[in-house]
Amino acid sequence: MRNTLAIFGKEFRTYFTSPMAYIIAAVYLAMSGFFFVQDLSSLQLARLQGLLGPSGFLLLLIAPILTMRLFAEEQKLGTLELLLTAPVRDEEVVLGKFLAALSILAVMIVLTAYYPVILMLFSNPDLGPILSGYLGLFLAGACFLAVGLLASSFTANQILAAILGIGILLLFWLISGAANLVPQYPAVRDILNYVSLGGHYSDFLRGVVDTKDVLYYLTFAATCLFFTVRSLETRRWR
Amino acid sequence: MLTDETRMIDVDHVTKQYGDFVAVEDVTFSVPKGEILGFLGPNGAGKTTTMRILTGYMPPTMGSARIAGYDMMTQSLEARRHIGYLPETVPLYTDMTVRDYLGFQATLRGMGNPRKRARIDEVIDRMRLQEYADTLIGKLSKGYRQRVGISQAILHEPDVLVLDEPTIGIDPIQVVETRQIIKDLGKEHTIILSTHILPEVSMVCQRVIIISDGRLAAVDTPENLSARLGGPERVRMVVRGPVREVTGVLRDIGGVHGVESEPSGTEGAFRFQVECRAGRDIRPQLAAAVIQRRWDLLELQAIGMSLEDIFLQLTTREEYEEVHA
Repeated sequence: MRNTLAIFGKEFRTYFTSPMAYIIAAVYLAMSGFFFVQDLSSLQLARLQGLLGPSGFLLLLIAPILTMRLFAEEQKLGTLELLLTAPVRDEEVVLGKFLAALSILAVMIVLTAYYPVILMLFSNPDLGPILSGYLGLFLAGACFLAVGLLASSFTANQILAAILGIGILLLFWLISGAANLVPQYPAVRDILNYVSLGGHYSDFLRGVVDTKDVLYYLTFAATCLFFTVRSLETRRWR
Repeated sequence: MLTDETRMIDVDHVTKQYGDFVAVEDVTFSVPKGEILGFLGPNGAGKTTTMRILTGYMPPTMGSARIAGYDMMTQSLEARRHIGYLPETVPLYTDMTVRDYLGFQATLRGMGNPRKRARIDEVIDRMRLQEYADTLIGKLSKGYRQRVGISQAILHEPDVLVLDEPTIGIDPIQVVETRQIIKDLGKEHTIILSTHILPEVSMVCQRVIIISDGRLAAVDTPENLSARLGGPERVRMVVRGPVREVTGVLRDIGGVHGVESEPSGTEGAFRFQVECRAGRDIRPQLAAAVIQRRWDLLELQAIGMSLEDIFLQLTTREEYEEVHA
């Protein structure tokens, strides 16, 4: 636990020593402002779906950039060797780094909270879909980061890690689209729909918090973290 | 024979394969408490691989490694607690200050707050990093980074220090300093030091392991290595006299294997290289033979076999013989 906290603290602080986190947050906030205004001015509805919907996809592109450094840089600098020979479990390393990235993501998401506040000041929005939407965004974001972290453990090249992460995520995000191609096989269609990251997100946007969706996201993130630990282990065997 | 309590490092029949490539083959050695062991070998001989196995970075394909009595495979965390490691490339987080970095490493080594702070100050003092304690590591020169690297290795006062090429890439003054630091550290720690700089080994280490193509070629003290492997020793002399006669006379002295001669640069004098059997000092006989015949003896010098010679002989036997055939 103490080791996880130490790694968390170090990674969290490191985010603020480079302009990367600031730039990513700025881009995210600018884009979410754009989505908010566009939805509001075209529909004149006090809702947040117009922001939260595209936010999911935006985070999909952003999360692997947040995580690309975490293991790739350690491999490039060689610091991974010292980290993995310190009396620290691989699980603690992975969890510490993941939590650091998750905290940055949480800060970014919280920074968009003034949009619902604006809505509440001037209107009477339905808070249910807003809160569930935020929960969905956070959970999906956790999955994106877990995939990004896994991709970062595969390579010493940060750019490659980001592209790989985005690639895997796009596959899982869009796979529900493939379900429409096989209407004659309902079983295959259901499986494709179930494993899709995007399909589960739309439930949250509609204001539904289904345990099945929550469980799906948690399992997805945990699985990726598990494979990240395994991936570190195979580094040792090479 | 070493008892279990005094063995800090114990490597038992370790083999490491990368696919078909055998990096380290059946290496066995142990290091008693308080010893500085030199790990010598040409690049690619398996030094770094052995150190990575010792520090738990990678498991061996076969065999086992124990640190302070803990098995690196089955009691890895406990074993790792007793090791300080400086990899060859001195990997450090360049975007942290020296103090922050040492603080992070101290926490990972399980040091609590009061002890941590005191110990970091102590190490910063000892490695003379005071001026740079709050500088970003990325801004430090190679020599200072090396000191930070050693700092993190000794921070938790480990029983065993593993230093991979600790004097590479730093300037000569720092090399001398670093060697002195390692000697001092040897009073409290058991140290394995890899290097391909030969004089370093005889200066710093009590015992040497020579590794070549992944196998142990020799384990001994630097002095014993010279004596045991000695082969012929050489005496160099400069004599003014008829070169053919001198050669003949020297060759007839008991214990002499061979004599070579070349002009010495001094008018009428020649330089003779006399090869003789190891362990017998025949300088008095050589001198007497020359003086008896009233030739001028200008120089007489015994040349022991240097560590370089031994090293070359052990690691590149075939090539060495071809060149000197």
